[in-house]
Amino acid sequence: MPMTVKAAEMPQFEAGTATDPSDPESREHQPARSVSAFSLAFSMPVVVWQALFFLLPLAFLLVLTLWTVQSFRLIPDLSAANWARVYGTGFFWDAYLRTFALATSSAVLVSTIAFPLTYCIAFHLSANAQRLAVLLLVTPFFTSYLVRVYTWQAFLADEGLINSALAILGLGPLTMLNNVGGIFIGYATLCLPLVVLLQLMSMANVDRSLVEAAHNLCCSPLRTVFAVVIPASRVGLVLGALFCFILTFGDFVSPTYLGGGNPPTLGILITDFTKAGNQWPRAAVVAVTMVITLLVIAFAAVRFAYKTRRSAL
Amino acid sequence: MSLASRGKWPRLALMLYAILAYGFLFAPIAASFVFSLNADRFPTLPLSGFSFAWYEAILSDRAVWDALLNSLRVAFLTAILSTTFGFGAAYTDYRYNFFGKGAYLALALLPPTVPVLVLGLAMLAFLSRISLSGELYSVVIAHSVLATPFAMAIIRLRLSQIDPAIEGAAWNLGASPWRAMRYVILPFARPAIISALFLTMAVSFDEYAMAWFVSGLNETVPVRVLSILQGSVSPEINAIGSIVFTISIALVVLAQVIYTRNQNSQNRRMSH
Repeated sequence: MPMTVKAAEMPQFEAGTATDPSDPESREHQPARSVSAFSLAFSMPVVVWQALFFLLPLAFLLVLTLWTVQSFRLIPDLSAANWARVYGTGFFWDAYLRTFALATSSAVLVSTIAFPLTYCIAFHLSANAQRLAVLLLVTPFFTSYLVRVYTWQAFLADEGLINSALAILGLGPLTMLNNVGGIFIGYATLCLPLVVLLQLMSMANVDRSLVEAAHNLCCSPLRTVFAVVIPASRVGLVLGALFCFILTFGDFVSPTYLGGGNPPTLGILITDFTKAGNQWPRAAVVAVTMVITLLVIAFAAVRFAYKTRRSAL
Repeated sequence: MSLASRGKWPRLALMLYAILAYGFLFAPIAASFVFSLNADRFPTLPLSGFSFAWYEAILSDRAVWDALLNSLRVAFLTAILSTTFGFGAAYTDYRYNFFGKGAYLALALLPPTVPVLVLGLAMLAFLSRISLSGELYSVVIAHSVLATPFAMAIIRLRLSQIDPAIEGAAWNLGASPWRAMRYVILPFARPAIISALFLTMAVSFDEYAMAWFVSGLNETVPVRVLSILQGSVSPEINAIGSIVFTISIALVVLAQVIYTRNQNSQNRRMSH
């Protein structure tokens, strides 16, 4: 089943690029002696395309924050008014803090929920069962997140599936929709498979003899986990949490359809400013703020993940 | 591999936990199938009768058919573009060392780490400046930016399995780099290229945020779902979701079958 291999290694590859100037295998090739039409034909299309349709739009977003809107038309300008307007409102900062807090707690929460599952897959399953477990983790990527969120609504609604089951038992009803709990269920739906896969790529490589040694030294299983397994799989744990943060920080679907949409998150602000208000420059201010926040967080997390390990014990 | 084989209870508890976690992941997927065949608009326990009403509703809905056609067009073109770009980037990373390679790889791999809403807004603003927004090809442009890194990652993995001496041998025997590419690298990478085509197609088929921003009046399936969500509750979403899921999984399985068959026949050829 090569699919499992592919899926398990894909994040590994992405993650690896952060540190692999010394990739052993690329040193084996002879570096190109000269720039040829051949090498350009393969290397340049992606550069041109991503520069034109990835970098340039992002750069334009920065310019757009300085433009103004007059009677629904964008006017090129050099005005700080949008920044002042957005940063001057309390509800922007409320939304920022709320989004940041939601993303941080979902990174912690989903990583914590994922860890025992990853541990179980890495240490308690046979090779075949592991492949099946990974295959099952990949399956949700091929279902629509929107449809899954919609289905959670049917489970969690006041007259939904769970409450009608509780009613049969004479319990409830519980309010599970349009609150923070609903948002976290959506976030876990979005992130859990990816977080487990990222954790797994590190934990699968933890030196088994270290774990054995800890056992032989009569280290309790729980202490072995904290003293050996967690430090040794730090890269995967941190990258898992980071991707969970990135995904949830930018998500508007769960906060809207499971969280009720009010008070808004930054993602909801962007859709509101763009779709309803026709205030693209203000949406751009929010978007640029999000990108800067994510850059800082990602940089810090990657540094922390790959810093040289000190003695863990 | 029972390293932690001391203590039966912790192991059992872990297994139970794993089953619950998988249950959580698959509950909405399975329920969506069930609800799509359920007569009720609001599913409650016990479930009411079996019905194809929601499938009939979407099959007779012109907007859903248009969206499906749009999605297929976009996914097809996105797959071709992003696999082409992804192959070029993967081959460049595999074959060459050069100044600025880190920046090159970052440019090729970063798009999925930027929130799709931000990318969508950036695309909408930029493309409408150069009069390229609001059309189906706008969605293709946006999706190909997002999907290229996935294609690159898969093809790069495959290239790292190639014996680096083979291409050099072809060059030494007088093959031009183009011929070596045609007769050595491309055949070897073919299964990964096919996988990349299907995976990028699936990425495009599921993407809703960028498509919602730049597609204008040309709705794709996820955008259609989003607008149904914004309106009223309708189990039509479950029916659409079930059909889309079946198509996606069929594509993935197909890609895997082709991949495995190619790899097997290639391994046989190499061992002769």
